[in-house]
Parts: sequence; structure tokens; C-alpha cells
Amino acid sequence: MEAFVSLAHGLTVAIQPMNLLFALIGVLLGTAVGVLPGIGPALTVALLLPITFKLDPAGSIIMFAGIYYGGMYGGSTTAILINTPGESASMATALEGNLMAKAGRGGPALATSAIGSFVAGTIATLGLTLLAPYLVELAVRFGPEDYFALMCVAFVTVSATFGDSPVRGLTSLFIGLLLGLVGIDILSGQSRLSFGVPELYDNIEVTTLAVGLFAVGEALYVASRRHIHEEKLEAVRGSLWMTKEDWKRSWKPWLRGTLYGFPIGALPAGGAEIPTFLSYATEKRLTKHPEDFGKGAIEGVAGPEAANNASAAGTLVPLLTLGLPTSATAAMMLAGFQQYGLNPGPLLFAERPDLVWGLIASLFIANGMLLVLNLPLVGLWVRLLSIPQPWLYAGILVFATMGTIAANPSPVELVMLTVFGVLGFLMRRFDFPIAPVVVGLILGPVAESQLRRALSISLGDPMVLLESPISATLLFIALVALVAPFVLKGLGRFKAVED
Amino acid sequence: MTQFRKGLWRTAIAAAAVAGFVGTAAAQMELKIMAPAAPGGGWDQTARSMQQALTQSGIAKSVQVTNVPGAGGSIGIAQLVNNSKGDGSQLMVMGYVMVGALLTNKSPITLDQTTPIARLTAEYEAIVVPANSPIKDAKELAAAIKADPAKVTWAGGSAGGVDHIAAALFAKAAGADPTKINYIPFSGGGEALAAILGGKVTAGISGYGEFESQIKAGKLRLIGLTTPADKATADMPSIKAQGIDLEIANWRAVVAPPGISADQKKALTDAMDKMAKSKEWQEILKAKGWEDAYQSGDAFAKSLAEEQTRTKEVLTSVGLVKS
Repeated sequence: MEAFVSLAHGLTVAIQPMNLLFALIGVLLGTAVGVLPGIGPALTVALLLPITFKLDPAGSIIMFAGIYYGGMYGGSTTAILINTPGESASMATALEGNLMAKAGRGGPALATSAIGSFVAGTIATLGLTLLAPYLVELAVRFGPEDYFALMCVAFVTVSATFGDSPVRGLTSLFIGLLLGLVGIDILSGQSRLSFGVPELYDNIEVTTLAVGLFAVGEALYVASRRHIHEEKLEAVRGSLWMTKEDWKRSWKPWLRGTLYGFPIGALPAGGAEIPTFLSYATEKRLTKHPEDFGKGAIEGVAGPEAANNASAAGTLVPLLTLGLPTSATAAMMLAGFQQYGLNPGPLLFAERPDLVWGLIASLFIANGMLLVLNLPLVGLWVRLLSIPQPWLYAGILVFATMGTIAANPSPVELVMLTVFGVLGFLMRRFDFPIAPVVVGLILGPVAESQLRRALSISLGDPMVLLESPISATLLFIALVALVAPFVLKGLGRFKAVED
Repeated sequence: MTQFRKGLWRTAIAAAAVAGFVGTAAAQMELKIMAPAAPGGGWDQTARSMQQALTQSGIAKSVQVTNVPGAGGSIGIAQLVNNSKGDGSQLMVMGYVMVGALLTNKSPITLDQTTPIARLTAEYEAIVVPANSPIKDAKELAAAIKADPAKVTWAGGSAGGVDHIAAALFAKAAGADPTKINYIPFSGGGEALAAILGGKVTAGISGYGEFESQIKAGKLRLIGLTTPADKATADMPSIKAQGIDLEIANWRAVVAPPGISADQKKALTDAMDKMAKSKEWQEILKAKGWEDAYQSGDAFAKSLAEEQTRTKEVLTSVGLVKS
């Protein structure tokens, strides 16, 4: 219960008017940058660091946390409305969210994402309050072999989920894995498939690929279809708000998403993408309305959005308890701490409890602010869809290009955006799912380097993958997930024959 | 109203971002410092500390820090040499790691193409083991490596970087074959630290600052620092003083793009000279535990050239670069 006493003390720090103002500025800025593809929370915190030096440490760190949480909210808005994920973590949201928006259900999609983010963020922050010291013990026990096993689970569940045909899903996944090979190999320092182009040494930027495939590809596809039949978009069909049915279908995915997001986010090499994909795959499998997936299922928005925000809180676990930055934004926040001569780590909780608990308390407040800020905006955001299609898609193209250049000012990046746009168009035209490409690009290189690290540590003995209990368990889960659908199908056929 | 305000915010941020990237050098000192690494690492911290010292002491009106991560700085230097030619307001942070990375990556661009400005700091490497490791000091670690270099796993930064070089030199000094070491590169300090704390590797090697709070909290045991023997204290044992001949410093410096005029070079050098003496910079050095290794002008250009030759010899002798 000590944690609650400390938290109450932290609340008194957080509700000081100046700190509330900082939290508000943070969430506003964060939402804004989350909406723009390319300009993420990490860059924003980096730009603000020198300005905040003169400010009170508690205030500016509270603001940074607001930016972080706000960015996670903002990314989903564009993902749902215009199929342009602001961050790679909101890619899974775009899948069903944009379909909902096209079906006139953009309002409920935005609402379930805002409320789900609030629920997940609050639960995960509570987890941060109570479990941080224990969770971090577990997190450092995760070795390279365990990460590799986790990637296997992600590969199996994700590739089985996307698209109607496994062959098409796997083809897309392999395109992504191939793209993931481009660049300098982390373990040997040698470049692969980069053909002497220095920009390619640094691997293919995930945002460029995601924006190219999703936004540019979509714009090209819509333009090519215009003469055949014009798709009439209705901004609002049915209720703008979530119906009773929507609530019923959302609350479980919110909780499950949180359960994926928080622990995986707390892993030093976990990240926000894996939990969102896992959540999407889980919801697709568990839903009572499988017919809705592919047409805009609310579960497919609620789960990944919750996972996304819970992982943001999870990231703070290793940052505050060990001083381990596990995402770009966390690294910038670490720099923020150090700017005041504070070293996050085992001693920070003891040395500056007011600061740590003030920060945690203001996370709760920032979360509340984001909900209040975002729900009334739902009605206004969906109006965006009533813009005539040619204008809307022209705007999306400008938006996508600007974001890509802002993130990486190089002509090579623009060429890549265009090539990926054309690829996205062709894949749509010939009915290949696009999400697995991005999944392959994100997870492929991680899986490869973790496996090679594991084998390097074990002196080349592959048994290390089975000797670690965490890895063995995860590999078993992956195997079950791989085999179960075929077995169940077989049993079903068997039964049918018996009948 | 809220919608309108939000729109404003977005426009403002987009404008700021766009303006930042096309910014031009004005009469007043407006600097751009590129950290050729992701946010949070050593070069990034150096760039941001410079930003802080330069603006607070009034030497520069504004300083913008950009990150161009990748390949031990190979991407950053390529961008500096190709895209910023003649830009007298651009600086790039670099260090010993880049000297090695350019060699191991067989980069077509070399440091000779840049304009050396000043060396700023030096940081010694620290070798640590998990607190429950049976290895107590540098001698025992050396003995383990001599017995079988492959069985001693090292966690550190990128391949061919200062961590990697120091690990190879340690093995060589211990009397083992340095080409046989089992060095596992991690991206970013966090992941390597997690692997050491989790007991996944035998030893970790990185700048002392990366390990400091964990050593103080008793979670890591400090085997020694790569300092000269006479610098050792009870808390900061020197590896050399323990009988293993290893001395290496990870220095950091700034260079400018090629093709800048003599006046521009002088202006940049003067700004660095002023910064190095400023109260603000000295405070940062103290807070971060960085050794002041300031050197500018021709003296730095000369020592940079010497360091390149020496590093090539070291890397070739340990088998990381084929001659």
C-alpha cells in the first residue's frame, strides 16, 4: 500500500496549476504530432529539450510524458479516417478502423479508440505504479533467444490472420522480410542489398513503407477506380456515438489489448508494434462476428488501440526503474532527465520520489485530459470524410509526402515512397494483403539479429532455444497456433463424415 | 474553437519542421549540429550538451540538433560530405567510434573529406560483469579469456566500434587470440545493459557513464576502466594497474563539412574555443563525468590524422579490417 501513499503524494505535485498546464500543453502537442506521419513524439521532445532547460524539472518531464501519451492518441485518428498511420504502432488500427470509417462508422471507431486508449492507459499506469519493480526483474531475464521465440509467435499469429488466403498472406510477409534485409547488418557491420546507396545502409524506414503502401497506394487505387464506379462515402451512417452493441463488443478487446501491450512494452526490446498485431490477430480469432472482419469490425480497432497505449506505459517501466530507454521517445525522456542531473535507475525512486510519483500521477491526469479533449472532436473529425474524394486524396498525398520528407529529408526517401505507393496499388489491384509487408519489415530484422545473438552466446548450440523456459513456452505457443487450425479443420471434417 | 486551435498547433509544428530543415546561416551565429546516431546515445548527448552550453552562454543565437542514425556514423558523414558542402553553420559530432566504423564498413567517404574543428571530450571504457559473476577482477577475466576466448561473451555497442576494439585489445593483452573473441554487438545502450543485467553474457563493455548507476546500485561489478595506471582510485580501478596492458579513450569531437571558407572555419573554431572555456560547458562536463580533452585547430587536425593511422593498425592487427 506504500505505492498508494506515494501516489497520493505524487497527485499533490501533479495538480499544481503550473504542472496541470504543462500536462495540457504536452497532450495538445502530442496529439498534433501524432496526427502527422513522420513527425513523432521523439522528434518533438528533442526539439523542446533546449527550451525546457530553464523550467522546473517536474513540469517539463510531465510535459514530455503528456507528449508521449498524446502521440499515441493522435496516430490513430489519421489511421482510422484516411488510412495513414501516423506511427507504425497505429498500423493495426488502420486495418479495421479505416474500413469502419468508409462504412460511415468513423464516429464509433474514433470513440472506441479514444475510450480504449483511456482504459488501457489508466490500467497500464496503475500497473506501472504497482508492478514496476517486479516486472523489471522479469524483463531483464528476457534473453535474445526469448525475443526470437516471441517473434516466432508474432509471425505465426499475424501471417495466419491477414488476408483470405494463406499463400497471399505469406507472399506479402516475404516481401516484407526481403525489404528487411536491406541495410547494414547489425552483427557483422556489413551492408546487404544496398547497392552502394548510402541512404539504404540505414535500413528501410518503416513509416515510409507504411505510408507508401497504405496512403499512396490507396490514393492511386481510388483514382484508378473512379471511372469504373464512384464510391460514395457517407460521413455518418447510423449513430455518431458508440451504441450499446459497440460497448459490448469493445470492452473485452480493451482489456485483452492492455494485457498484451503493458508487459511487452516493458520488455527492453518489446516495442509497440508486436502487441498491436497480436491483439488484432487475437480479436479476429475470438470475435463473435467474424463476418465483420474485412468490412470494419469494432473489435479490430478497440484491441490494437488499447495495446498501443498500454505499451507506452510499459515503456516507462524500464526507463524509470533501470534507466533503460527502449523507444526513441523514452531515449529523449532519458536525455530530459539527465539534463537536470537526474539519472533514472534503481536510485531515482529513493532519491527523488516527488518527481517520479509526480510524473506517474500526471500520467493519470494526462490520460483523462486526452479523453476529454478527443471525444468532443470525434464529430468534427468525421466531417473530414465529407470532403469530395479527389480533394481528400490529393490532400492525403500532400500530407504523406510532407511527413516523409520531414522525417528524413532525402530524395531517395521520396523515390522509395513512390515505389512503395505503386507496390501498394498493385497489391490492392491483385488482392494481396498489405499489412504483412510492414510486419515483415519490422519483425524480420529483429528476429534475425536476436537469433544470431542467441546462437553466438550459446557457441552455436541451437538447443538454447529450448533450454530457456520462456523461449520454450513461447515456441510451444507458436507451434500450437500454427498446427491448431489444421487439426481443428481435420476434426471438423471427421465429425462431418461421422454425421 | 478547439478544432481551430488544434489546426493552428498542427500548422505551427509543420511550419517549424519545414523551416528547420531549410534554415540558412544568418549573420548571427545559428548553428546546426548533426548527431550521426539515434537520440539518447553518446554523440546525441554531446550534441545536445553543446546546444545547451552554446545557447545559454550566448555564443550562438540558436542551435538545432538533428539525428542521422546508422552504421556507426557512416550515414551521417555521407550526408555531411554530400549535402552540406560549404555550409559554414553545420557541425557534426564524431568520435573514435566513427574512425573505426568507416574502416570496417569500407566507407567510400573518409574523415579526410571533412574539415576538423575541435576535440571536446574523452571517456574511458569500463568493463563490468553481473554482480553474481564468479569473476572478481581483470586478472580473472584475462585468465578466462586465455583459457578459451570463445566462451567469454561480451556485450557492447556496434561492430568495429570502440567497445569492440577495446574487447579485442583486452584479449590480446591477456595473451589470447583477439580474432577469436565472442563479441555480441547490440544496438543502443539499453539492450546491451539488459543483457548484462540478465546474466546473458560474461562481461559488458561500454563507456563508464552507461553503467554508473547500476554499479552504484550494486547490480554490476566494475572490473576496471581503461584509464592510465596512475589515474586509478579505489572506486575506479584501472585495468592497466591490474597488469593487463590496455589503455584506450573514447574521444568525441566536432567536424564541419568540406569546402567551407577560411573565415567560416575560423568562426566555428572561435565558437568552440569560447564554448570550451564557458562556465556552462564546464558544468556539463562535471555533471556527465566527461574528461575535458579540448584541442582545436591544426593541433586537432594532426592528432585526428594520427588516430586514423593508429586505429587502422589496431583493427588490422586484431583482424577486424583486412589490409
